[in-house]
Order: sequence, then structure tokens, then C-alpha cells
Amino acid sequence: MLDNGDLENAKSMSIIVTKGSLDWAYPPFILGTTAAAMDVNVTMFFTFYGLPLLKKKLNMKFTPLGNAAMEMPMMGGHMAMPNLLSVMPGVGGMAGKMMKNLMAKKGVASIEDLREAAVESDVRMIACQMTLDLFEYSKDDMIDGVELGGAATYMESALKSDINLFI
Amino acid sequence: MADQVLNAEGLNCPLPILKAKKALKTLSSGQVLEIRATDPGSVADFQAFCNQTGNELLSSSSEGDIYKFEIKRS
Repeated sequence: MLDNGDLENAKSMSIIVTKGSLDWAYPPFILGTTAAAMDVNVTMFFTFYGLPLLKKKLNMKFTPLGNAAMEMPMMGGHMAMPNLLSVMPGVGGMAGKMMKNLMAKKGVASIEDLREAAVESDVRMIACQMTLDLFEYSKDDMIDGVELGGAATYMESALKSDINLFI
Repeated sequence: MADQVLNAEGLNCPLPILKAKKALKTLSSGQVLEIRATDPGSVADFQAFCNQTGNELLSSSSEGDIYKFEIKRS
């Protein structure tokens, strides 16, 4: 297997990660790690609510609120998760727990595992400096290997990439 | 006969691919990795993975609920 990372014709992808809830954390990490496994150079730029996904200790929440079409498998059928319910105390926490249990049961990787795979496969992870300042995080809150940068840093990478995603 | 066997049973996308890539890295060129998976999506995914990475998909078969793949490292 060639290490395409060193080749001029290697493919590359960039992803802007803007959301940090449990469900929204999956698409960027699944695509980022899979692309890296397929010898694609991957850059992930974490900004706004996506930034906490780089924190050493992850604490992702999940809510059915705003996911109007969401259904959970339930006793052989599917149960809608009405938005109205999600404003009741405790429902958000319950939905998060249900989702994590379901994922574990179905052999879906945890975000922690996928993030570790991203680090191992040399995915370039950039924390947005402005978001860091805005929400008062420090680089010490973040996992090792994270770079700091801004819009221009992202653009330089995006202009050279074959695929650019905003998630 | 495979040089290494990877059990990816019970794992869902993208774990079989990520684990296969990791295992392939430990093999030398020409050696064969056998993967056993239960994810039906892995049939299309291992084909795509091999098309893209240049590793050769020697075989793709199923026995009951188990999907078996043999990949030769390029």
C-alpha cells in the first residue's frame, strides 16, 4: 500500500465542523476517519459549537428538539419524538441515554473512538482561534495535536482540496 | 490462506473499514487479510475501499449472516 499522503496526486478533503451535539458529531468524524483510511488527506476545522468536540473530556448532549422527523425504533415499530416533549425536564437526558444505548447495541463506534482513530490516522484538526476566545476555552482544554487557526488557515486548505464539506 | 484474520463481527460502519486499514498497515505487500463482518453495508464499502486504495479484493462472499472478504495488500 502506497502512502499517498506523500504523493502529489493524493486526494484531499476538508470539513468545517460547526455542531457539537451527539448526533451531529457523527457525520464529520465518520467521513473524516473513513477518508483517511482511504488515503485521503483530511483537514477538520472546528468552529462555534463544533469546537467542544476537541475537548479532552467529551460531554455531548442529544435532543430531539428541532429534529422534527426523528423516530426511534421501539418494540418492533417506530416512535416519533414530538418536539413538545423535549422541553419537559429530563426528556433530553433520557433521549441521550436511549441514543447511546442504541448505538452501543448496534455496534456503532463512540465519538471518542472515532476521534482517536482520526488522531491516529493523522487527520489535521484545527481549532478556530476566534471561537476559543469567544467561549473562553484554552488550548489546554483541547486534546494534544490540535492546531490553532482562523478562516485563512481553513481557506488555504480548502482551496487545495478535492472535497469541502460544511457540517 | 490469509496471513491475518480480522474479526469485525457486530461492528457497524465505519469500524470494519477503519480496523481493516489498521490491520493492512501491519502486513507487507502481497500478504492477505481476511475480514469477517456482519454489516451488510460492508460488501459495497470494501469494494469501494479497495478501488480507491489499490489493495486487491481477492474475494467477497457470505455464509449465513457473516460476510467474508480477502484483501491483498498492494
